Amino acid sequence: MADIQAPRKSNTSILNSLAFRGIAYQVLLAAAVVLIGWYLYVNVNANLERQGIATGFDFLTEDAGFDIGESIIAFDSSQSYGRVLVAGILNTLHVAVVGIFLATIVGVLMGIARVSRNWLISKLASGYVEVCRNVPVVLHVIFWASVIRNLPSPKQALNPFDGIFITNRGIIYPIPVEHGIYPWLGVALVLGIIGAFMLARWAQKRREETGQYTPTFWPGLGLILGLPLLVWLAAGAPLVWDVPALRGFNFKGGSSLTPEFVALLIGITVYTGAFIAEIVRAGIQSVQHGQVEAARSLGLRPGLVMRLVILPQALRVIVPPTTSQYLSLTKNSSLGVLIGYPDLVNVGNTTLNQTGQAVEAIAIMMLVYLLISLTISVFMNTYNRLVAIQER
Amino acid sequence: MVDSVAPLPGQKPAADPAATKKTITPPPIEKIGVLRWLKENLFNSPFNTVLTIIMLFLLADWIPSFLQWGVFDAVWYTADHNVCRQADGACWAVVGEKHRPMLFGVYPYDEHWRLVVALIVYMITITLTLTPRCWSLKILVPLWIVGGGTVALMLWGGVLGLTYVDSSQWGGLPLTMVLFTGTVVLGFPVSILFALGRRSHLPAIKAICVTLIESMRGVPLITILFVAVNVFPLFLPEGLEIDKLFRVIVGMAIFFACYQAEVIRGGLQAIPRGQYEAAEALGLGYWQHTIKIILPQALRICLPGIVNHIIAALKNTSFVLIIGLFDILTATTAVMQDPLWRMFFVEAYLFVAVVYFIFCFALSKYSQKVEGWLNEGRRF
Repeated sequence: MADIQAPRKSNTSILNSLAFRGIAYQVLLAAAVVLIGWYLYVNVNANLERQGIATGFDFLTEDAGFDIGESIIAFDSSQSYGRVLVAGILNTLHVAVVGIFLATIVGVLMGIARVSRNWLISKLASGYVEVCRNVPVVLHVIFWASVIRNLPSPKQALNPFDGIFITNRGIIYPIPVEHGIYPWLGVALVLGIIGAFMLARWAQKRREETGQYTPTFWPGLGLILGLPLLVWLAAGAPLVWDVPALRGFNFKGGSSLTPEFVALLIGITVYTGAFIAEIVRAGIQSVQHGQVEAARSLGLRPGLVMRLVILPQALRVIVPPTTSQYLSLTKNSSLGVLIGYPDLVNVGNTTLNQTGQAVEAIAIMMLVYLLISLTISVFMNTYNRLVAIQER
Repeated sequence: MVDSVAPLPGQKPAADPAATKKTITPPPIEKIGVLRWLKENLFNSPFNTVLTIIMLFLLADWIPSFLQWGVFDAVWYTADHNVCRQADGACWAVVGEKHRPMLFGVYPYDEHWRLVVALIVYMITITLTLTPRCWSLKILVPLWIVGGGTVALMLWGGVLGLTYVDSSQWGGLPLTMVLFTGTVVLGFPVSILFALGRRSHLPAIKAICVTLIESMRGVPLITILFVAVNVFPLFLPEGLEIDKLFRVIVGMAIFFACYQAEVIRGGLQAIPRGQYEAAEALGLGYWQHTIKIILPQALRICLPGIVNHIIAALKNTSFVLIIGLFDILTATTAVMQDPLWRMFFVEAYLFVAVVYFIFCFALSKYSQKVEGWLNEGRRF
C-alpha cells in the first residue's frame, strides 16, 4: 500500500543540502569580512595620506616631549614615546593590582557581613552594596577626585594619625629609612611562605594517610611572619622612620600617594567591592545548611567547618565571577584619563593627540589590555581548576 | 497498639482541664516581641553583641551630624551663592539653581520644554513597554513608533515650526536616555546573533564570533569610544561623514552586545539537547526552531543576567564624559567649573548619583518581579 520511495538523490537540488549550505554561508561570510577589511584599509591609507599623517610605529622612538605626574620607572619629557607608554602600562598595573587586593578585602568583608546573623550589620552591608552598585563607576571616580581636590592644602593638612597627612596634594606617610638588612627580610618572607605551603601539603598528606589532623593555620602564619621578624631582631632591630614634615608649601620626607592615584583607587575599589560582596554572599548561601550540620555532627570545630566544608564549596561558586570582576576593575582603571592619573589610556591619548597616529596608539592600548585580560584569565582559571570539584 | 493513646482502664485521665490551665504560664519576656527580636537579631552571640554596640556608637555619632549637615543646616533654595557659603550645612540650592544646565546640558535654553515633553513621552513608553498587559506586538510596535517618533521630533525639531537642533547640541538626561535606549535597542538583536554564531557548527562563523566577542570583552569601553570618535572617520571614504553621536551609540551597542552574547550563550547551553532534537524531528528549520523553541526558553533562563547587563549599559553611558558628549554627568561636571558654585560639588554629584540610582534600582527590582512572574507556573 504505502508507496515507499527510494531516496531521490538525483533530483534534489544541491541548494537543499545542509553541508553545501554550511560551506556556502561560511565562504560568503569570510568573503564579506575580507572585502570590508580591505575596503577599510584602502580608505584609511587614502585618508592618512591626504591628511599627511605618518603610519607605522616609528614614533615610539621619538621624544615624547611631555611629562607625567607619577611613574614607577624614571621618566622625563626628553625620553621616548615608547618609554612613556611603558610607564603608563606600569601605572595601570600598579593601580589595578592594589585595587584588586583592596576590592577583594572589601568584597569578602561586606559579603560575609551581608549574611551575618546580626541584623544591623547585614542591613548596613546591603545598603553599601545597593548604593555603590547602582551608581556608575565614572561618577565614583569623579566624585572622589573632587573630594580630594577640595581637601585642605598642605599648610592645613588633616592629620588623623601621627606622621600621616591628608592634603589636596595626596596622602603623605612616613617610611622606614633604608637599611642593609631590609632586602633579607623579603627573602625571609618568601622562605616563610614556601615553608607554610610545604607544611600545609605535608599536613594534608598526613591527614589523608593516617586521618590525623595537624594544625596548620597558626604555625603557617607564624612561619610567614615570624621568619622575617627573627631576621630583623637578629640584625638588632634597626628601625628609623623618615617622618614627613612641612617645609614651605609642601611636605618633605616620607613617601606619598598622589591625589589622582588615591581617587582612582577609592573609586574603582568601592565600586568593584560591592560586586564582589554580592558574589561572596551568593557563594556562601549556595552551600546547603545540611553540609554545616553534617560537619558539626562529625565533631568539627566552627573554624574547621568554615575552612574545610563551607569555604571549599563556596569558592567554586565564587571564583569564576570574581575573575570577571578583577578584569572589569583592571579595565575601569582606564578612567585615570578622566582625572589625570597617567595610566596607559591617559598617556596613549596624549600620544595620539601629539602624533595624530590614532590607529597605532589605540591599537597599542587595546593590545595591552587584551594581554592583561588574558594573563588574569589564565591565572584565575588555573586557580579555579585547583578549587573546582576533583571528579574521580 | 492504636489504643495505647487512650487511658487504660482504672487509670486517671491524663490531666483534668483545670490543672492544665494552671501550668500554662506566659512565655518569659525575652521570648516575645521587641526584646526577642533584639536578642535574636542583634545580641545573638558575644561577638555580635560587641559588633552591635560598636556600630550603634558609630551610628549615634554619624547620623545626627549627617542630618545636621544635610537637613537642619542645609540651604534649600537661594539664587545667591554667598548664602550657601555662610551656611554650615549642605547647599541643595545648587541643584535648584543649576538644574537646567545639569539636566539639559547645552541644548538651546528656550527649547528646554521640548526635552521635558520628550522625557515624559519616553518614560510613558518605557513604563508601558514594561507592563505585561502590553506585551503583544499589536501594542508595542505602534507604541514605539509613536513614542520614538515624538521623542525624535522633540529632540531634532526642524518641522512643525520647531527649530532644528543638531545632535551635537543634545545634552543632559535626554542624551543619557538616547544613548541608553540606542545601545540596548541596537545591541540586543546583535547579541542574540553573536550568541547563536558562537554556538554555530560552522567553524568560520564560530571563529569570527569568538574573536569578536573575546577581543571586545578584553578591552575597556574607553578604547571602543576612542575608536568610534578618532579612528572610525578614517575608515570612511572621503566626503562621507557619520554623526558622532550615532558612531558612539554603535560602538557602545557592539560592546554591550558582546557581553550580552555571553549571557545568552549561557542560556542556550542550559537548553537540553532533547529540545533541539524534538524541534528537528518536527521538521522545523534552523531559524524556526531557534526563534520558536530555543530562544524563548533560553532568554527566560538568563533573564537576570540580561537585566544586569542592561543596567550596566545604563551606567556605561556615563563613559561619554571622556569623549565630550554632554550627558547628565558631563553636564554636571561642566557646571561644577563655575567658580561661584564649584565648592558645592558634593551636593550636585549626590543629586546625579540619586538619578542614576533610581533608574538602576528600579530596573533591578523590576527584573526580580519579572522572574517571579515567569517562574509562577514552575513553583512546586
